[in-house]
Amino acid sequence: MIKRPKTGQQVCKDCFFFAFEEEIHKTITDAGTFKRGERVAIGASGGKDSTVLAHVMKTLNDRHDYGLNLFLLSIDEGITGYRDDSLETVKRNKEQYQLPLKILSYNELYGWTMDRIVEAVGKKNNCTFCGVFRRQALDRGASSLNISHIVTGHNADDVAETVLMNILRGDVSRLGRCVEITTRGEDTIKRSKPFKYTYEKEIVMYAYFKKLDYFSTECIYSPEAYRGFARTYIKDLEALRPSTIIDIIHSAENIRISDVVQDALPKQQKCKRCGYISSNELCKACVLLQGLEKGTAKMAIGNKAKHISQEVTGDIRTIPMFKMPEQQQKAEQRV
Amino acid sequence: MSTTTNLKIEFGGGLEILFNNTPELNVSLSTQGKPTVRDLIKHLADEHINERKELFIEGDTVRPGILVLINDCDWELRDELDGELEQGDVVVFISTLHGG
Repeated sequence: MIKRPKTGQQVCKDCFFFAFEEEIHKTITDAGTFKRGERVAIGASGGKDSTVLAHVMKTLNDRHDYGLNLFLLSIDEGITGYRDDSLETVKRNKEQYQLPLKILSYNELYGWTMDRIVEAVGKKNNCTFCGVFRRQALDRGASSLNISHIVTGHNADDVAETVLMNILRGDVSRLGRCVEITTRGEDTIKRSKPFKYTYEKEIVMYAYFKKLDYFSTECIYSPEAYRGFARTYIKDLEALRPSTIIDIIHSAENIRISDVVQDALPKQQKCKRCGYISSNELCKACVLLQGLEKGTAKMAIGNKAKHISQEVTGDIRTIPMFKMPEQQQKAEQRV
Repeated sequence: MSTTTNLKIEFGGGLEILFNNTPELNVSLSTQGKPTVRDLIKHLADEHINERKELFIEGDTVRPGILVLINDCDWELRDELDGELEQGDVVVFISTLHGG
């Protein structure tokens, strides 16, 4: 028996499985998230959220005949003793769910592993590198499989936490976007969060009762102080009143940003060096990589980043040009 | 007169790391009357964790984000801390706080 945090309902194991899966089905279909025949990559880290996501996407695709071609896509950040172990979990998931798996490494794409980046920049700011690099790596991995839609395991707790962090930072543009089930600018790969209304508690219960195989070790480089604070705060709120999480998400969904503010937000453009979507002339990954290559990596973080030269001098490594998958280009041509 | 209750404890979601990497533990609680989950949490924190206790216990309860199941039943349906434990009960603690 479990008590559902969203509704307070008491349900048995089997009813829980069914309600859990069908709520996600409803979230997906209400928003018209997928198209029949679409190729979709599941961002898979081996952790609980993405493992449950792979299981549920496979289950729903079969049960409701979505007609999707599902793939597992993993990023190998190059963190010895952490990612190498979690990738073993993903490799088992590949067999368990019979889904094709693609692994793309930071080393392949950027010429740097996180282990080497931490050696160069220390433990304090390395999460910035990892986050920026992972986002692009996922898009590039998808693109290499001719996929233009990625689903991620972000759950309701994550979304509520992101809402709070965007409020604390005063980041208006992200505040609106972070609660959308599917986010996409022009020329980027779609990102969807089928778990945006799914509580972390239920994901963990589902994984436990279904005996799913997942990896649960903390990243060895991640103190993640800021997110940690927001996370603890959300968990404390949930303990007082479980519906708080969904309430925060609904509130953010109802925020309307006035046109004046909208116009003042930075416009999206393509990175001059690698063609990836960016709000500046150079994308963050190119700026960070240039810093690493020149040994001035710490400068690339924070306000100083703006003064970084845009000329590539000599033989420093750059990121290959980003191309959208053909499927996507064709679809856009039709419009 | 104190009674002794034998329980089987399981850890998941990374919590086992706090308990010397032991995913399962057999625990005997000696209490006046039936032991409660509160007694069990205190016992585990006092007797079985060497360091970083605060990742498991907060005040007299588990840290928010840790799920508790008693014989596969959510502890929120069994009076949480005041829930009484019986001989042979299986209590599972699962952390939800890891990335995924």
